[in-house]
Amino acid sequence: MHHIEPAPVRKTVTVRATPERAFDIFVAGMGEWWLKSHSLTASGQRTVVVEPFAGGRWYEIGNGGEEKEWGRVLACERPRRILLAWQLNADWVFDPEFETAVEVIFEPAVDGGTTVLLEHRDLANYGAKANEARVALDSEDGWTGLLGAFAARAA
Amino acid sequence: MTYEGRVLAALADPTRRQIFERLGTGRCSVADLARSLPVSQPAISQHLKVLKEAGLVHDTPSGTRRIYSIDPAGLGPLRQWLDRFWGDQLAAFKAVADRDEAI
Repeated sequence: MHHIEPAPVRKTVTVRATPERAFDIFVAGMGEWWLKSHSLTASGQRTVVVEPFAGGRWYEIGNGGEEKEWGRVLACERPRRILLAWQLNADWVFDPEFETAVEVIFEPAVDGGTTVLLEHRDLANYGAKANEARVALDSEDGWTGLLGAFAARAA
Repeated sequence: MTYEGRVLAALADPTRRQIFERLGTGRCSVADLARSLPVSQPAISQHLKVLKEAGLVHDTPSGTRRIYSIDPAGLGPLRQWLDRFWGDQLAAFKAVADRDEAI
């Protein structure tokens, strides 16, 4: 694990739902809103499951019923906070030895709604895993493939 | 090599990762790095050049020396992609959460 923190990604959004409702939509209802363009399954994303406790699974269920892990739940503190381990590497493959953290905080907003703050950190670990992959790949095609596949998903 | 390729290649070399991690604990000159690592100054300079080209470190002049430090935005293209990805996901979440009336 590095001591370096390349700057984490931080995003904020304010929603009309109360913190409890916003938390439930985010966690229990993730399958309802998560963009299906990023499915890991061949049959396409049907839903996403976040088991609402520390150590819980975080996975996608395809339309064909197949399950694909995304990571796991590190902490679940309804309605204020959820901490998830995002374990899809730069090649968009689940890797149990790759871990970045996604923390989401739900704060009451002035009008009864919720301010949702998301932070994706430990991004240096993308570099660390790429180092080990290099030993296996050991070719420039492999290198451009690693982040190229990742970037291509945005197209 | 693409920009992404330079970043990954820069972090792949174990000595460069040592230098990168040492800079993570504080800004250093080349001489500082040579004192704390079992690597010659010319080799350190060469490694710093690679890290700089990958956008992972930057340097500022201090008298006749140059002081190196981590560029926290250094995993640039990856961060940019993730920034857009999470922005899109949160927008999709908001679309659903905004259907609720605040109580």
